[in-house]
Amino acid sequence: MAQTKLAFVLQRPPYKSENPKLTITHAIAYQIVDILLDEGETVVPTLCFIGEGVLGCLKEQKAMESYGITSTESHLKNALLVDLDVLVCKEDLERFGIAEDRLVDAEDMGADKKIQVVPFEKIQREMETANHVLFF
Amino acid sequence: MGTLTIGIFSSVIGSMNFDFALKLSETAVNKGHKVNIWFSGNSTCAVKSNQKHMKDYSTGEKPLKALLEKGVEVCTCEACTLARGIQKTDSIEGIQWNAMHWYLAKIHTSDRVLQIGGE
Repeated sequence: MAQTKLAFVLQRPPYKSENPKLTITHAIAYQIVDILLDEGETVVPTLCFIGEGVLGCLKEQKAMESYGITSTESHLKNALLVDLDVLVCKEDLERFGIAEDRLVDAEDMGADKKIQVVPFEKIQREMETANHVLFF
Repeated sequence: MGTLTIGIFSSVIGSMNFDFALKLSETAVNKGHKVNIWFSGNSTCAVKSNQKHMKDYSTGEKPLKALLEKGVEVCTCEACTLARGIQKTDSIEGIQWNAMHWYLAKIHTSDRVLQIGGE
């Protein structure tokens, strides 16, 4: 079985840029990529948040109230719901003083996956072992 | 010869990213490589037909048509494009409209992937 491993790396803050949503929606698209691939072939994405990108992982975002658009939080919940691995840089969270209990989860939607707070070293390894790195 | 897939996220006007990506595509295809181009975000404005090439601004239409004629596959993100008010009937002929899984599928079959731009 041919498998392509992709590392989606997001470094932009959640608003003022389209990047965060594009990152998450591109990664989620792995769910239906099989219809364009040969039998047994697959794409496996990992979503990595680094730098200011970690700000998109905060829960209770009020994007609809403030900007009239769906939140990065809601996209992230969908990512967890479709079993994406979501890695968030521990060091960058610490830089912003963000505790783990302030991060998005999708338990209310029935997701099994949770955000994984990991040292940057782990994200580095993801990038090194991926077939392609998509940097947003 | 290899397969190169380029994801472009920058607008046609506003940075040199778009111009660079198209020039690179042309060079690659002229060397015999297979090239796929994916438009997402602001780059999707480039699929609009009847762009007026004013001398002060870059243009996407002419080089895109030339790439299409050389067999480059070009696809735009339908949601991003429609969000910018561009309909399929406005689009440059030969450009495909699809969703993000098209990009992932092309990545899967590519030797190299370049992701360019994004504001």
